[in-house]
Amino acid sequence: MKKASLAAVAALAFAAGPAMAQNSVKIGFVDTFSGPTAVIGNDMRNSFELALDHLGRKMGGLSVEVIYEDDQQKPEVGKQKTEKVIQSDHVNFITGYIWSNVLLASLKPAVDSQTFLISANAGPSRIAGDLCSPFFFSTSWQNDQTPHAMGIYLNQKDVKTLYLLGPNYAAGKDMLAGVQATYRGRIIGEDFTKWPDQLDFSAELSKARAAKPEAIFVFYPGAAGVQFLGQYAQAGLKGQIPLYTVFTIDETTLPLQKDLALGVPGAQEWVNDLPNPANQKFVADFRAKYGHGPSFYGAQAYDAANLINSAVVAVKGDLTQKDAIRDEMRRANYASVRGPYKYGNNHFPIQNFYLQETVKNADGTFGLKTVATILKDSQDVFHATCPMKW
Amino acid sequence: MLLLEQCLNGLQFGLLLFLLAAGLTLVFGIMDLVNLAHGSLYMMGAYFAATFVAWTGSFFAGALLALAATLLLGVVLEMIALRPLYGRDHLDHVLGTFGLILFFNELVRLVWGPAGLSLPLPPALNAAIDVFGIYYPAYRLLIILVSLVVALFLYLLVMKTRLGMLIRAGASNRDMAGALGVDIKLLFTLVFGLGAALAGLAGLMQAPILTVQIGMGENILILAFVVIVIGGIGSIRGALVAAIFVGLVDTLGRAFLPDLLRLVLSVSAASTVARAMSSMLIYLLMAIVLAIRPQGLFPVVGR
Amino acid sequence: MKAALDARTLFVAIVVAGLLLLPVYTGARGDQFVLTLFTRIVILAIAATSLNLILGYGGMVSFGHAAYLGIGAYAVGILAEEGIGSGFVQLPFALALSALFALIVGALSLRTRGVYFIMITLAFAQMVYYVAAGLDRYGGDDGLTIYARSGFAGLINLSNPTQFYYLCLALLLASIAFMWRLINSRFGMVICGSRSNDRRMQAIGFPTFRYRLAAFVIAGVWCGLAGALLANHTDFVSPAMMYWTRSGDLIVMVVFGGMGSLFGPLFGAISLLVLEEGLSRVTEYWQIILGPLLLLIVLFARGGIDGLIGRLRRG
Repeated sequence: MKKASLAAVAALAFAAGPAMAQNSVKIGFVDTFSGPTAVIGNDMRNSFELALDHLGRKMGGLSVEVIYEDDQQKPEVGKQKTEKVIQSDHVNFITGYIWSNVLLASLKPAVDSQTFLISANAGPSRIAGDLCSPFFFSTSWQNDQTPHAMGIYLNQKDVKTLYLLGPNYAAGKDMLAGVQATYRGRIIGEDFTKWPDQLDFSAELSKARAAKPEAIFVFYPGAAGVQFLGQYAQAGLKGQIPLYTVFTIDETTLPLQKDLALGVPGAQEWVNDLPNPANQKFVADFRAKYGHGPSFYGAQAYDAANLINSAVVAVKGDLTQKDAIRDEMRRANYASVRGPYKYGNNHFPIQNFYLQETVKNADGTFGLKTVATILKDSQDVFHATCPMKW
Repeated sequence: MLLLEQCLNGLQFGLLLFLLAAGLTLVFGIMDLVNLAHGSLYMMGAYFAATFVAWTGSFFAGALLALAATLLLGVVLEMIALRPLYGRDHLDHVLGTFGLILFFNELVRLVWGPAGLSLPLPPALNAAIDVFGIYYPAYRLLIILVSLVVALFLYLLVMKTRLGMLIRAGASNRDMAGALGVDIKLLFTLVFGLGAALAGLAGLMQAPILTVQIGMGENILILAFVVIVIGGIGSIRGALVAAIFVGLVDTLGRAFLPDLLRLVLSVSAASTVARAMSSMLIYLLMAIVLAIRPQGLFPVVGR
Repeated sequence: MKAALDARTLFVAIVVAGLLLLPVYTGARGDQFVLTLFTRIVILAIAATSLNLILGYGGMVSFGHAAYLGIGAYAVGILAEEGIGSGFVQLPFALALSALFALIVGALSLRTRGVYFIMITLAFAQMVYYVAAGLDRYGGDDGLTIYARSGFAGLINLSNPTQFYYLCLALLLASIAFMWRLINSRFGMVICGSRSNDRRMQAIGFPTFRYRLAAFVIAGVWCGLAGALLANHTDFVSPAMMYWTRSGDLIVMVVFGGMGSLFGPLFGAISLLVLEEGLSRVTEYWQIILGPLLLLIVLFARGGIDGLIGRLRRG
């Protein structure tokens, strides 16, 4: 979905010439704006827009133009839209990307055209490893990191047997592999469900119950998380077998999950109550503007805007200086809402991971709270296979 | 026990498919109309339900209103868009109704936005019940019950009423029925409305546990066509048998194939392959049935 | 008759000239996007032309034609992933696989008629879709990125957008020329005749089943070629290329452009894709117009665009 503007239509009609002297920064934002997960895309867009407002809608003196495109949660569409913003809109940066499979399909056009791609969510293991690229940066995490943290927490809770459930696509496989890397108990079952259309988990829940694990580990982002918790309760499992999650409960799903999310822990690199000034401003202004708190998706998009800004400022608006842009980005020289972090050689953040829990607020709404720090300055395990050195 | 639970799951999925397939097979059998927009009626049923339940605050009131709305929509659709297609080539049907799919998808997007809707269950249904020693979700049991009641109703309608007799006559020999004085136009409209209501019912029933989103009809429509081809076009009994069979194959395949394949493949690979295999099984089944009994399992006599 | 030829010929000439000169225009404007769009249009026009043979001329409503796009594309993708980057290996493999599949499907389906034929072809296409989705090694539902296009040992560089475009265009024009020869031969006559009245053709003495099967295989191989080109064009293959709605899109292109006409599929491909790109920038809800438009065309303008142009001579 893009903000239809006369300029854009004219651009098609008269086939705009190649980017000449820059008087604006053009950013492509490829994300999901339709279907049940549109709520995530909207959260990211709102956060990105808020960041631009905070920056006065200018970066390094240049005005900012954002072109939003809908990937419909499909890899082939995301790829097409990525190509479109590169070839037709001539953007200088691309960001967004909720889904790992969409990102994997879209990476090549960006890298081939030497356009900087900043992933504000997806973090597939291959891009942290052999597919790492000087034109790729992440303001989120690498998929395996968050479940690593949860695996450690499971050890701390002395959970002896575990059943794993997740969706069968790039990120799902990473998540389930990630928890197995650190968890020291016994994995007595593992199931992948079809993504994204399988929203009926009855068969898998039946199998999980029959296996009688001590706990179930789950990764179901977006609408699937809502459905999963609902069916988990309907199957009578709530209160019988505890759940441990990653990316299944967040501010976009809580309004629908409600009580079902109480007592279900999750791991995350950002929680809304992290006590740094940038985060406090972000959460407060977001809440004031939109009436509810931002999700971690939004926090990552907010950071992406500021990362881009730091680079544009450093080159004083001369966007042809790609090496200088990269050098500045590598320094992560901006106030991230998760607190300060560094980049690994593969351009993925080295950062903390926290345990979050659902709480009921005084006004009846639900929110998330930081309970503990599980990992400090953790780096993903794939950086060693990335050939980049700097 | 696990097997029984999975069988119930398969039965529930099969019965939902039956609701969809019953309408499709009636319309195809009696009016010789290939209606790809049947999936759109399924989608509209879900959207209407989500909207009306939110308006009225009551699950059952909303569901009934949605049913009525879908029936009305079906009747209007038949009168305006589909009547000109009668008697034409099947290809014309396919193309025309394909166009309707596009239209409905965009209409929904225009009216309800791109994000889809959700339909929460009333708390009473949001629990599990003990059934023969297994703990099964109450709502799914309701779906099974309602579908069986509808199946019974259809049987009584088609076999025991005058309208049913006209329907059977129309299915066997349309021209003769018309020549004998049956108001074919009215009959067609009624049948189509019935089909639309069935599709809407299926759509609204699955909404709380599955989804209400644009394009939700496309996936299940194909399965419904497979069911009616296996069952025999025009035969409701065939649709019931075939739908339950397909539902069981799909669910049991999903449930047990991954474990079988895990003996030779990694977990995620086994899951990928198993999923593909159980879907393929259904199409393979259809191809086999068509090879042995080209008219389906319960062909309507006289076609 | 001459008057009709002039109007249609003129139109065709303009379109072809436009296509030939397109890279000059986009080069001057520096707009690679339009070139990419038209490369896609040309490739899909080849696929639609192949479908036209069996659908438009032969009256065989195959609702599974997108399967060949997928087979051709996956042949290229899988070989590329396994390290075999030479086009001289990939292309024959793609064509052979398509031929084999078409032979099997055709042999099994062509005995049926009407809606059963539609369903069976659709079923086989869905089966291929699910096979592709089950190829865990090659990405499954996530799809597979192709990192290097088919290499032809320096004869032609497919990574060069202009060269690639002209290759596709040349293949399209060759396809149309081939179609013209085919239709005007005895083979084509049997195919067309079989569509109007199969029994009569058999009575005359033609083994129509064999002819139709041959046409089916030819169409399949042809579309496999388009699939191989598509893989190179998008540098990406995924099962979604073969989903049944894609087969529907191809049928729409053929009907829109004019079934059973030489250039109809090309007109259909151009209109559908340009409409998609252009209209979607004006309004997001363009399909709400396209949907009923399709219905109206089916009811009133069966000849499609080609038919409409043909009527121009009447003023």
